[in-house]
Amino acid sequence: MNPGEIGWWGVLLAVAGGAIRISTPYLFVSLAETLTEKSGRVNLGLEGTLLIGAMSGYGVSFLTGSPWLGVAAAAAAGAAFGLLHAAVCSLPRVNDVAVGIALFIFGTGLAFFLGKRFVEPHAERLPVWALGGWSDVPAIRSALDVSPLFFAGIAVAFALRWALANTRWGLIVRAVGDNAEAARTAGFAVNLTRALATAVGGLFAGVAGAFLSLSYPGTWAEGLSSGQGLMAVTLVIFARWGPLNCFWVSLLFGGAAALGPALQSVGVNSYYYLIGAAPYALTLALLIASSSRRRRLVGAPGELSINR
Amino acid sequence: MDTRPPPLIEALDMKKSFGPVRALDGVSARFEPGSFHALLGENGAGKSTLVKCLMGFHAADSGTIRVDGEVRAIGDPRAARAAGLGMVFQHFTLVPCMTVAENLILARADLAPIIDWRAERRGIDAFLARMPFSVDPDAPVIALAAGEKQKLEILKQLYLGVRVLILDEPTSVLTPQESDEVLSHVRKLAEAGLLTVVLITHKFREVRAHAGEVTVLRNGRNAGGGKVAALDTEALIEMTFGARPAAAGATRTERAAGGDYFELRGISALNDRGALAVRDLSLHVASGEIVGVAGVSGNGQRELVEVLAGQREAERGGILVAGQAYGRSRAEMRALGVYLLAEEPLDSSCVRTLSVADNLALRDFDAPGFTRSGWFVDRAAIARRARDLIARFGIRCAGPQARIDTLSGGNLQRAVLARELSGDVRLLIAQNPCLGLDYAATREIRGRILEARDRGAAVLLLSEDLDELLELADRVVVMLDGRLVFATGRAQAEAAQLGRHMSGHSAAVVAA
Repeated sequence: MNPGEIGWWGVLLAVAGGAIRISTPYLFVSLAETLTEKSGRVNLGLEGTLLIGAMSGYGVSFLTGSPWLGVAAAAAAGAAFGLLHAAVCSLPRVNDVAVGIALFIFGTGLAFFLGKRFVEPHAERLPVWALGGWSDVPAIRSALDVSPLFFAGIAVAFALRWALANTRWGLIVRAVGDNAEAARTAGFAVNLTRALATAVGGLFAGVAGAFLSLSYPGTWAEGLSSGQGLMAVTLVIFARWGPLNCFWVSLLFGGAAALGPALQSVGVNSYYYLIGAAPYALTLALLIASSSRRRRLVGAPGELSINR
Repeated sequence: MDTRPPPLIEALDMKKSFGPVRALDGVSARFEPGSFHALLGENGAGKSTLVKCLMGFHAADSGTIRVDGEVRAIGDPRAARAAGLGMVFQHFTLVPCMTVAENLILARADLAPIIDWRAERRGIDAFLARMPFSVDPDAPVIALAAGEKQKLEILKQLYLGVRVLILDEPTSVLTPQESDEVLSHVRKLAEAGLLTVVLITHKFREVRAHAGEVTVLRNGRNAGGGKVAALDTEALIEMTFGARPAAAGATRTERAAGGDYFELRGISALNDRGALAVRDLSLHVASGEIVGVAGVSGNGQRELVEVLAGQREAERGGILVAGQAYGRSRAEMRALGVYLLAEEPLDSSCVRTLSVADNLALRDFDAPGFTRSGWFVDRAAIARRARDLIARFGIRCAGPQARIDTLSGGNLQRAVLARELSGDVRLLIAQNPCLGLDYAATREIRGRILEARDRGAAVLLLSEDLDELLELADRVVVMLDGRLVFATGRAQAEAAQLGRHMSGHSAAVVAA
C-alpha cells in the first residue's frame, strides 16, 4: 500500500498512536492523584512535581548517560515532593488545596531554576519498543513505537486496583480517605497513611515527568507539562477514582491531544491551535456532563475537602 | 468465639476535669463478668467520660482501673482492646464506601499485608452463622439502613473478640422493635456468659427491659445502683434527677384546630445518591395543630425537611402555605411566618464562626429595626435583642459575642429555638428537636413547641422519638421508605402499633 493513499485512515492511526504516546504521563499522573485522593487529600501540586520529575530525569540522564537512572531520579524527586506536600498538610489548620497550589508554583519555579543548564544539551532518551515491525506502512510503524513506560503504567493501574481491594494497606488508605474518624477509632495513623499515599503519588507523578522529558516530547523546555498535572484532578473525577478507569480516560485525553498533530500530518493546518485545545475542551465538556445539582459523586472519598 | 468468661472490670474513684468542669468527681463502678449493666444518667452526668476513660480515649486525672483484679493502665484504645474492651459509639464508625466484610476485617490487628479473601470470607461467614443476627457481608455500608449499621457496629466489636461491649445510647437511631431485638440478642450473649454488656442510656424503659444491674451517675458522682429487679422506676428516677421535683409533663390544652395552613401535594425528592427518597408524599397541617411524622431515620425525613427548607429541589409536587404556592424564598418565609428547627442545628441552622448574636439575627438582620437607612446593619440593635433572647430562653454562653460553636448541644438548640420561635410563627417545621438533649432541656423545648401551637401555629414535627410524638402531636403519621404509610389521631395512637408501621412489619402482624 502506498503511504500517501491511507489519507483519513492515517489521521485515525496517528490519533491512536498519539493516544498511546501522550496518554502515558496522563495515566501516571492520574494514578498519582487517584491514590492521593483515596487517602483523603487533593494534591494540586502535581503539576510542579511533574516538572521537577522532568527536570531531574533529564538532568540525571544527561549527567550519567542512563535514561533509566533518570527515571529513578525523577521518581525519587517526585516522592520527596509528595512528602513535602504531606508534611505541610499534616500541620493543624492547613488546607491541602492551598498547599497544592503553593507547591505547584514552587515546583515549577524550582524546576526551571535548577534545570536551566539542561535546556541546551542533549540527554540520552528512553528506548521505545518497536511493535510495528510486522508492517510496511510507516504510519503504523511509528504509531506502534511504544514506550515501556506505557506498559509500566498499565501494570501500575492493575496493581493499584488490586492493592486497594486486597491488601491491608489498601483498606487502610480507603478507610482514612472515606471516614478519618472511623480510621482513627480503629487505631490507624491518619496523617502517616496520607503522607505515604501522597509520597507514592508523587513518585508516580515524577515518573510521568521523566516520560515527558525523556520519551515524548523528549526534551527539557518550558511549558513542557502544559497543565497535565492539573488536569489529573479532572481525569480522576471522570475515572470515578478507579485505577483502571484512569487508563481509559488517559487514552481518551491522549487521543484528543493527538488530534491536532494528526490532522497536520495530512495537511490540515487550519485551526491548529483551536484543535490543540481539544483536551481542555473535553475536560470542560465532561465536567459539565458529569455534574449534577442533585446528587453527589459516586465513589468520591468522603474526606476530600473539595467534595464537602 | 472465645469461651472463657469475660474479665471483671472495675473502675475505682475515677476523677476527670475538662478545664473548670468536673466531669467525673470520684466515680466507681464494677462490671461483673457476663452481666448486662446499665449506666444511667442525664446528659453531662459523666457516663460518656467514664467509659471513655475505660476505653483509653481520655486519661483520667486520678483513679484506678482493674481488670480481673489487676491494676491496668489503659493509656490508649489499643490497650483497652487488649484488655477485651470494645465500644459502639453513637455516631457510626463504619467506612461508607466499603462493604460489610471489608469493614469487619479492617480493624483486625492481625490482618495480613495481603488479604486472603477466600479464607477471610469463610471466617466471616462462620462467625455470622454463630451470631444471633446478621448483615449481608457483600452489601456496601452506604446502602445499609441505620438499624443494620448499628447491628454491624456491634458485630464488628464481637468479630474483633471484644469481651466487654460498651454500647453508647445505641437505640437513638432504631425503632423500638429494632432496639428491643438488638438488645435482646446482645443480652443472650451476656446470659450465655460470653460477654459483658455495658449500656449507656438515659431511657428508664431500656434499663427495666434489658439490664440486670444498673449504676446511676449524677453530676459526675455515683448516685446509686444495684440489681434492677430490686429497684422500682421511682427509685431510678430519684437517683437520676436527685431530690429535684420531676418537671410535670408539658401541659397541653385541647383546642380545635383552625383551617389548613400548610399542605404538601405529591412531593417526590431524590437523595444525595440520586435515588428516590421521598415518594409522592401528601399531607396537610392546620393552624393550631401539631402533626407528628414518626419514622426511623433514613426513611426520607432529612430529604423532606431539606425540600421544605429550600436546600433541595423536589422532583415533583407542590408546597402550599396559606393556600398559595410556596417558593421558599426569604421574603415568603418572613411574610408567611415559616420557621424551621432542622436536625444537627450547628451545621444546618448556624454559621459556626459567627457569634451567638449574629446567629440569632440570621433571620432578620436585613429587616427594618436592624438596619439603618436600609443598608447598614445596626449592631447595637442586634446585640440588644441577643441579650434579651439569651435571658428569655436561658441560653448559657459566655455572652452575645461568643462564637456559636462554643455552646453545648442543649444551649445551641435553645439558641436556634430562640431565633425560630421568637418571631410571628405561623408554620413551624421541626425535626428531632430534642435529639441528644437531657431531661430538663427536652421538657423545656417540648413546652415551647406546644406554646407555639397554642398561639395558633401549624407545626410539622418529624421525630424518631415515639414518646415525643405521643406527647405532643394531635395527629401522627408514619413515614416509611419515603411514603406515609399510616395515619392516626392522638386518641388512638399507640407506640407498639406505630413501631410496627415504622418497621414495615404491619402487614405480617395483621396476618398473624
